[in-house]
Amino acid sequence: MYVAVKGGERAIDAAHEWLAEERRGDASVPELSLAQIREQMSLAVNRVMAEGSLYDPDLAALAIKQARGDLIEAIFLIRAYRTTLPRIGHSRAVDTGAMRCDRRISATFKDAPGGQVLGPTFDYTHRLLDFKLAAEAGTPSAREADPLAPEVPRITEFLNKDGLIQDEVRSEDTPPDMTRQPMEYPANRALRLQALTRGDEGFVLGMAYSTQRGYGRNHPFVGELRIGAVEVEMEIPELGFDICIGEVVLTECETVNQFAGSKTEPPQFTRGYGLVFGQTERKAIAMALVDRALRWEELGEENVGAPAQDEEFVLAHSDNIQATGFLEHIKLPHYVDFQSELELVRKMRKGALDAMKEAAE
Amino acid sequence: MRDDVLSGGFADTPVEAARAFRAALEAMARPGSIHRVEGARAPAPVSEAAAVLLLTLCDRETPLYLAPGHDVAPVRDWVAFHIGAPLVGASEAMFALGGWQALAPLDAYRIGTPDYPDRAVTLIAELVNLAPEGARLSGPGIRETARLSLPEVAAFQRNHHLFPLGWDAFFTCGDRLAALPRTSVVEAG
Amino acid sequence: MSVTEIGTEARRGWMGLLARAPAARLAGVFDPLGATPGFEWLRTPETGGVMVRGRTGGTGAPFNMGEMTVTRCALRLETGEVGHAYVQGRDKAHAERAALVDALMQGPRAPELREAVLAPLAEAEAAARRGRAARAAATKVDFFTMVRGEG
Repeated sequence: MYVAVKGGERAIDAAHEWLAEERRGDASVPELSLAQIREQMSLAVNRVMAEGSLYDPDLAALAIKQARGDLIEAIFLIRAYRTTLPRIGHSRAVDTGAMRCDRRISATFKDAPGGQVLGPTFDYTHRLLDFKLAAEAGTPSAREADPLAPEVPRITEFLNKDGLIQDEVRSEDTPPDMTRQPMEYPANRALRLQALTRGDEGFVLGMAYSTQRGYGRNHPFVGELRIGAVEVEMEIPELGFDICIGEVVLTECETVNQFAGSKTEPPQFTRGYGLVFGQTERKAIAMALVDRALRWEELGEENVGAPAQDEEFVLAHSDNIQATGFLEHIKLPHYVDFQSELELVRKMRKGALDAMKEAAE
Repeated sequence: MRDDVLSGGFADTPVEAARAFRAALEAMARPGSIHRVEGARAPAPVSEAAAVLLLTLCDRETPLYLAPGHDVAPVRDWVAFHIGAPLVGASEAMFALGGWQALAPLDAYRIGTPDYPDRAVTLIAELVNLAPEGARLSGPGIRETARLSLPEVAAFQRNHHLFPLGWDAFFTCGDRLAALPRTSVVEAG
Repeated sequence: MSVTEIGTEARRGWMGLLARAPAARLAGVFDPLGATPGFEWLRTPETGGVMVRGRTGGTGAPFNMGEMTVTRCALRLETGEVGHAYVQGRDKAHAERAALVDALMQGPRAPELREAVLAPLAEAEAAARRGRAARAAATKVDFFTMVRGEG
């Protein structure tokens, strides 16, 4: 039960003032600029864009500053802002095959055509704190080499040629949009992918990890992981043709999963797919694993009752803004609800105590 | 695309759209009340009030049906540039625009579902005459009764009986508009 | 010269270039051209979201990923040419400059615009892309075949 409570305006104003002061921190320390956050906290910016479901690095940087670095709060701010934007339209499906890759690796083929390109990765760092960064590190500069051929073929296409991997059937169907229609279960794969790509990184990671530990195991290999920029094209009705409206950095992960075959399908590899805004590698891999786990039914696999196989469980709990909203609302005034609970417990206690007394007599 | 279909949008969108939305809201909340709107110009035969309603209520996600008479190339192009609403058949439309006769048959439109009664069409009917006379209206938003020059009575009575399902209607004439939601009771004047 | 004569491909090319260009860079090359020509708005600059779509498995059925901010506008020059712009981000001045360039590219000043605005933008974009590609290339792994020992 919700009852409007009035009062506390002055306390709230004072809390906001103090929040602003605390956000700024020690005034003798220079204030962060949005450009600093955007350029130097870029992976936080990427996460806010991915889960805020809005690609705009400057806005994400602002949200992070306003939220004092609380990324879920920042995502909340972006989601709220997003709802104020008129929807101009939708893009053509981006062509990740034409991505200008900063990074592109395969765990399945050492000599993948196009090469193994590490990009700016943490992978081979020693995870030792670098105290040089505690002082100002200056402006590092990376070495360069002659650019590689721009076309980087997809690993899964090689397997596909031999029929060793399940085919993705190309279509131009209009996908459902969970930001416009309420979720309905069962969801199709397009809707699941939309929910996963904006889902909480920690939640999707946990679900993916659970499949690796045996709760719905699906034997994944990272067939290919690529990070880079793709152009976004949109059809402009008044012009009658498509134009490029900008460029986004995406992380794409395709997993290749073992599949023993079913009544209708011979043994072959199957796929899990992850595609996320920004350089968001952990999330993209996790998304691919969860996507694959949720496909048990269409592939004729057994439902072993693993959490990651339960579509409604995964999709209904993956959104950190929904989750935090419901979780945190219980700290707000519930005085009336609690009063009624209190009365109920008192009454039940009295009944129980009376009964005990009677039994003792 | 002809260049003249590129003009006729709002000059100051936030302000004009907010005013127009207020007028549309008032019209729907007080069935029978007549409101003047301005700021939009669409190719013939679309009235100024209907153009304002389209700009205010429709966008790329509201499928629009143009009834015969309004379904002409300049109007299609104007909608494409200023609104972007997909043009669809009557049964898929969220909004439908046309003369009252041209909008028929009315049973072709969506009337919502018990779970989502809002998934129903809103008709924008262009009338040659719009005045506070004729059919008698009563129901929510009306103090006792109101009168409105509806093009007929039976269709609105049938629609009211579908409540909570049913469609809602705006009426436009020049720069004036009125509305009749499915909640209104209509009797012959 | 009509738009059809200019060629859709060429126009797609410059509209995309203008959309991707950082706002400040476009201002830096456009503003020195002097007084902006007179025009009337057909659509005042408006910021909105465009839903970006991907494909299942990169090649299959489309799905919705999330939105990006886009600002668009349309205008008509006193000389009659109509310019459109859809540019990434929320900068209304960026959209206005892009629409002006689009309109001017359809008129007699096209060669001047091509040289003073489009060429430097294309060059800067190519240089930035080349720089990243060169850094990526430096991180390409060269495998050595290790000789396996006995047992």
